[in-house]
Amino acid sequence: MPGSSKSEPESLKHVVSLLRRWPTTIACFGLALLLASDQSAASADLEVTIGYLERVQPPVPVLSNLETTPADQGLAGAELGVADNNKTGKFLGQTFMLKKRVVDHDEDLLGAARELLGRTKLLLLDMTSEDLLAVADLPEAKGALLINISEGDVSLRDKSCRKNLLHTIPSRAMLADALSQFAVQKKWTRWALVEGPEPEDKAFAEALDKSTEKFDIDIRGRKVWGFGADMRRNAAQEVPLFVQSFPEHDLLVVTDERGDFGRYLLYNGWIPRPVAGSEGLRPDAWSGAVEQHGAAQLQRRFKSASGRSMRAIDYAAWAAVRAIGEAVTQTKSNDPVALRAYILSDDFELAGYKGRKLSFRPWNGQLRQPIPLTHPRAVVAQAPLEGFLHQLNEMDTLGIDRAESRCTSF
Amino acid sequence: MHLLQYCRPVATAFVLSLASSGALAEGEIWVSNEKDNTISIIDEQSLDVVRTIDVGERPRGITFSQDHSVLYLCASDSDTVQVIDPESGEVLNELPSGEDPEQFILHPDDRHLYIANEDDAITTVVDVESRKVVAQIDVGVEPEGMAVSPDGKIVITTSESSNMAHWIDTETHEIIANTLVDQRPRHASFTADGSELWVSSEIGGTVTVFDVESQSEKAKIGFEIKGVRPDRIQPVGFELTSDGKYAFVALGPANHIAVVDQQTYEVLDYILVGRRVWHMTFNGDESLLFTTNGVSGDVTVIDVAKLEPTKTIKVGRFPWGAAYRPSR
Repeated sequence: MPGSSKSEPESLKHVVSLLRRWPTTIACFGLALLLASDQSAASADLEVTIGYLERVQPPVPVLSNLETTPADQGLAGAELGVADNNKTGKFLGQTFMLKKRVVDHDEDLLGAARELLGRTKLLLLDMTSEDLLAVADLPEAKGALLINISEGDVSLRDKSCRKNLLHTIPSRAMLADALSQFAVQKKWTRWALVEGPEPEDKAFAEALDKSTEKFDIDIRGRKVWGFGADMRRNAAQEVPLFVQSFPEHDLLVVTDERGDFGRYLLYNGWIPRPVAGSEGLRPDAWSGAVEQHGAAQLQRRFKSASGRSMRAIDYAAWAAVRAIGEAVTQTKSNDPVALRAYILSDDFELAGYKGRKLSFRPWNGQLRQPIPLTHPRAVVAQAPLEGFLHQLNEMDTLGIDRAESRCTSF
Repeated sequence: MHLLQYCRPVATAFVLSLASSGALAEGEIWVSNEKDNTISIIDEQSLDVVRTIDVGERPRGITFSQDHSVLYLCASDSDTVQVIDPESGEVLNELPSGEDPEQFILHPDDRHLYIANEDDAITTVVDVESRKVVAQIDVGVEPEGMAVSPDGKIVITTSESSNMAHWIDTETHEIIANTLVDQRPRHASFTADGSELWVSSEIGGTVTVFDVESQSEKAKIGFEIKGVRPDRIQPVGFELTSDGKYAFVALGPANHIAVVDQQTYEVLDYILVGRRVWHMTFNGDESLLFTTNGVSGDVTVIDVAKLEPTKTIKVGRFPWGAAYRPSR
C-alpha cells in the first residue's frame, strides 16, 4: 500500500538517483531480467485438477452408539494433500485443485463418474470393489489415473486388477501379513479366530488364512460370531463361554471391520489372551497413535484442518494426492499417462511419514508401505519387522509379491 | 643429568601429542536433549558430563553467539528461542520465534537469527538485539534445514515435505531460487569457501551438492553399508571440515557416520556410532567430532585424524543438537 501512494515528484527523484548510480542500476536491471526470466520459466503455470468421487454406503447398525464415521473421511485427507501440494507448487508455478463429488448409495454413480472424468482424468475413488471396477471399466476412464483409497479387497490387486486403477490403501493381505510377522516375532503362533458374519469379515479371515499359512502360524480354533444379543449388557457373561471351547492359544484374533462386536472380546476371555485383528492390536495404514518419523507433524496439520484425528482412509487419500503431486513436480506434466508411467517407475519415491520411502508395485499398482500395528494410544510395532527379509524390498514381504501376482493388465 | 637428557625428548613428545589431540583445550560441548528438556554439558578434556541445565520444552536447535557469551536454543514446544547465559545456565530472555522452531542459523552479522518454523511453513528472521521479528518468509511444507553463506548474502531453508532448498536473499528477504532435492531434506550447509551448498535428504538417502553461483546440482552422493538395508540409511545432520577435506554425514537409523571426501565426493569410510545419530559438532581445532545419538541417548566422540570412535558419553533422553564452546 505505501508503495502505490508514492507521489509523482518522489518517484521522479527515485529515477534521477537511479540514473546517477547508473552502473549499479544497469547491473541491477540485468539481474532483474535474469530473475524475471527465471520466474517465467518457473511459472509455466500448470494447473492440475484432481477429482474425488465417493459413493456413500448405506449406514450399518453397530452395537455401540458412541462412534460415527466422520462424514469427511477420506475427503479431509485429500484436501490436506492438495494444500501440501500447493505449498510446494507455488514455488514451481503449479496449482492443484480438488473437484469433489459425493453420490448417495441409490444415486447414479456411473453418470457422476463420467461427468467427473470429463473434467479430469486424475481421480481418487472411495467406494466398494464392485463400484471401483465399474468406474475403471468405463470407456471414459481409459487412460485415466484412478486411485482406490478405501477398499482392501485382495482380488483388486490380483486377478481383477485394472491397468488404470492404483491403490494407496493397503490390501487385507498386507494387513494380515503385518499381524502374522508380529505374531511370529513374539512367538504367538497359536491362534484362535473369531470371524464376523459380514462379507468383509469373511474376506479378512481369508486373508489371515493365507497369511498364517505363509508364516507357519497355527489357527487352532475358529468360530463365526453369531449373537443377536446386545453385547453391551451381557458381554461379560456371553463372551467367556463363547471362547471357552477354543483349544490353548496365544492370540485371540477377530475380524470385525465395521467395529460391531469385536470390542467386547477384550478383557472378557475365558483365559487371559491378547486380542488382535480388527480390535486390540490392529494392523492398519494409519492411526491416531502414529507419531514417529515426523508423523506428529502430519497428525497436527490434519487435526488443525479437520478437527479430528487422521484415519487410515484419510491417510490413503493424502498419500494418493501427494503421489500425484510428486509426479507432477518431477515430470512438470499433468498428463495422466505420463504421471502413471512416472509413478510406477523406479524413480518415484514418496516420503510418507513411515520411515521408508514409499513407491508403487509395478505389477499391480499397490502402494508399498510399512504397516503400523497399534492400539489406541501407541504404536506397538511397524511391519515389515526386523528379520523378515526380501531380495528386493522388505516392504514386499507384505501382501502380494510379484511372483505370486495373477494381475496381468500391468 | 643423564636421566634429564634422556627424559626431555620423551616429555616434549608427550606434551606435543596431547596438544595435537586437543586434550589440552578446555572447551565444552553443549548437547540439547529433546525429550528431557535439558542440556548436557560435556567437558572437552575429561569427556564427562559436568553439568546439566533445565531449559524449555523440547530443545532442539542449539548455537552460540560469535563470542560465545550467550547460547541460543530452539525450545520447540515452548514456541520460543531461549537466550541462555552459559556461565549461570539461566535463561536471560526469550526471542519471538514463530511457532515450533526447530532449526536456526545465526547470520555472520551476529545479530539475526533465521529460524525454521516447522508447523507454519515459514522462516522467521529475528533481530536478537531488539528481540523483534524482522521478517517472515513463506517457504515449503515443514521447513527444517538452515544454512547461511559465509558472506552472509544467502540463507537456505530446506522444506522436508516440499523437497526443496529455498534460496533467500538476506537483504530483501525474498526467495530468489528453489531447487529440488530428494525426499525429506533435513540439513544444509555451505562449504567454508562459500562455493558449494550441501543438502542431505533423509528418505531419499542422498546428499546433493549445489554450485552456489549457478544454483545448479553439481553432485549427488549415495551411501551403502554392508549388512545395513538401504532404506535404513537416512542422511540427516552433517558437518564439513573448514580445511575442505572431509564431510561427516550422520546416517540416522543406520547408526553410522559416513566420511566423505569434500573434493571428490567419494565416501571414504563409515564409522559406527550410537543408535539413530542426528547431528554433530566439532571441537575448536576440529580434532574431535561429537555426534548425538537420539535413540541410545548418548554422544559418540570421534577422533578426526584417525577416523575412529574413541568414547561414548551418556547424556539425556533423545540428544538432538550439539554446539561447541571454547574456554575463555
